[in-house]
Amino acid sequence: MLADNNMSAEPNPTPLLQVDGVTLQYKTAKHLVTATYRVSFDVHQADRFVLLGPSGCGKSTLLKAVGGYMAPTEGSMRLKGAPILGPGADRVFVFQEFDQLLPWKTVKHNVMFALEASRKMRGKAAETQAMRYIEKVNLGKFADSYPHTLSGGMKQRVAIARALAMEPDVLLMDEPFAALDALTRRKMQDELLALWADTHFTVLFVTHSIPEAVLVGNRILLLSPHPGQVKGELNSSGDDPVDPATGIKLSDRIHEILFADRVEEQETVPHG
Amino acid sequence: MASMREGAGSAFALPPTRTEYLREVVAGQDIGVVQAPLTPWQRLANQGWLRKGLLLVAIAAAWEIYARRLNNPLLVPTFSSTLAAFADGFRGAEIPEKVLNSVALLLKGYAAGLVLATIFTSLAMMTRLGNDLLETLTSAFNPLPAIALLPLALIWFGLGDISIVFVLVHSVLWAVALNAHSGFRSVSNTLRMVGRNYGLKGPRLIFKILIPAAFPAILTGLKIGWAFAWRTLIAAELVFGVSSGRGGLGWYIYEHKNMLDIPAVFAGLFTVILIGLLVENLVFRNIEAATVRKWGMQS
Repeated sequence: MLADNNMSAEPNPTPLLQVDGVTLQYKTAKHLVTATYRVSFDVHQADRFVLLGPSGCGKSTLLKAVGGYMAPTEGSMRLKGAPILGPGADRVFVFQEFDQLLPWKTVKHNVMFALEASRKMRGKAAETQAMRYIEKVNLGKFADSYPHTLSGGMKQRVAIARALAMEPDVLLMDEPFAALDALTRRKMQDELLALWADTHFTVLFVTHSIPEAVLVGNRILLLSPHPGQVKGELNSSGDDPVDPATGIKLSDRIHEILFADRVEEQETVPHG
Repeated sequence: MASMREGAGSAFALPPTRTEYLREVVAGQDIGVVQAPLTPWQRLANQGWLRKGLLLVAIAAAWEIYARRLNNPLLVPTFSSTLAAFADGFRGAEIPEKVLNSVALLLKGYAAGLVLATIFTSLAMMTRLGNDLLETLTSAFNPLPAIALLPLALIWFGLGDISIVFVLVHSVLWAVALNAHSGFRSVSNTLRMVGRNYGLKGPRLIFKILIPAAFPAILTGLKIGWAFAWRTLIAAELVFGVSSGRGGLGWYIYEHKNMLDIPAVFAGLFTVILIGLLVENLVFRNIEAATVRKWGMQS
């Protein structure tokens, strides 16, 4: 009912990442919490796939599961056809927290650490690769600085460089810009898109900001909260276009879809 | 302004209307240096060693004056006679020899304690049972003064180095293990996830992520362990000093007390303090500067 603009798509090749009917539950001290209920979606090569929803929709938990940090209680997740069984360097995380960098290593060694720990590269090759990606995020001058001397935005750029240097099958970003100030966040979003234009990596991006989802994503999965369930998937061109048929902006449409329940409660609008 | 507000006469005072303006800023390089050098006096006052040195000189002077007034070398010898006894001890090579004996023994005990602490904390990190074991043992043994085990150690291992190493291990092990363990547990979950993301697990995760991340706490443990060991050693040597004919600093103090050579007793204590200061300021201070301070994990 929602994904009605899908008809132009050519016959789909096999998706890179297949999430199929995934239910995720975790235990707190007193409760068993269902974070997502039977969520399915496919991520294709070079997608900028956004998981969007209000807090409590299980989008971060979903990303953790794709990262291999928790196993689904129901359903399956496959990367390039192989089931996801645990954390691995083919799916690299960029976290929201600034402390994801190792404080005892310089910028360059943080990036090299990733390559060497995963046994992907070592020595000179790792250094060359690290510097290549540090240059890509414009931190060449800071290669020998320790993380505590960098600003929040610079730390996130290092984390992105470290993740991209691994050349993973899919990059997992968990609200990577949420802890930044608004101006820096805007700049980082543009930089991320520029990097994507450069290397066409595949990224799974979690956010709760509709404008960020519209800007960053080419495909947006909408999730409802408590527990997380799929409300639909939309395409985005990045510039928040006005739909000629309805005359509403994409971001307003998303807002309506995500918060439609509240409207229904008040007005009992018939479905259609 | 005040009259305007009063003139409005209502609860809603509006701000005045002002003209907007835009202006060019001066380019950074056109602004001269905006900092002035410190005066020599300010620079001297910034030197920690100078301030602390001056304090020490003041304390020594107070000591000298008090001891001269008291004029009872059996109770409090003067600072100068203590220095003389200290110099004497060095000239006769007695103090260096005792220091060497003490430090050699201390290092043995310290190293053995560290090895055991590593084993215990690794076990505690890897298994839940190991965790329970470490928690139970530290809560049981940490409050127990190591020196209280010396009589038992003497019965078990006889009058020798082994007895002293045994109590040294006891004094080091729990302090280091306790600090390292709490350090490991406070490593942020994000860092652990980063480590696992790049394929680290088991011992590699411990050595590449957990130990460096917990290093501030580990270093604190090492310092506390060192101080405990040093105290325990001197106390143990005071209780029973000679092992196979060569005593340490504690024994030196004890011997000279028996001979009523009080300046030498003071010289012995002085040496104990001096070594403590040297280790703190040369060894640990430098380790800190090269690690946790450089990494911004401690200011």
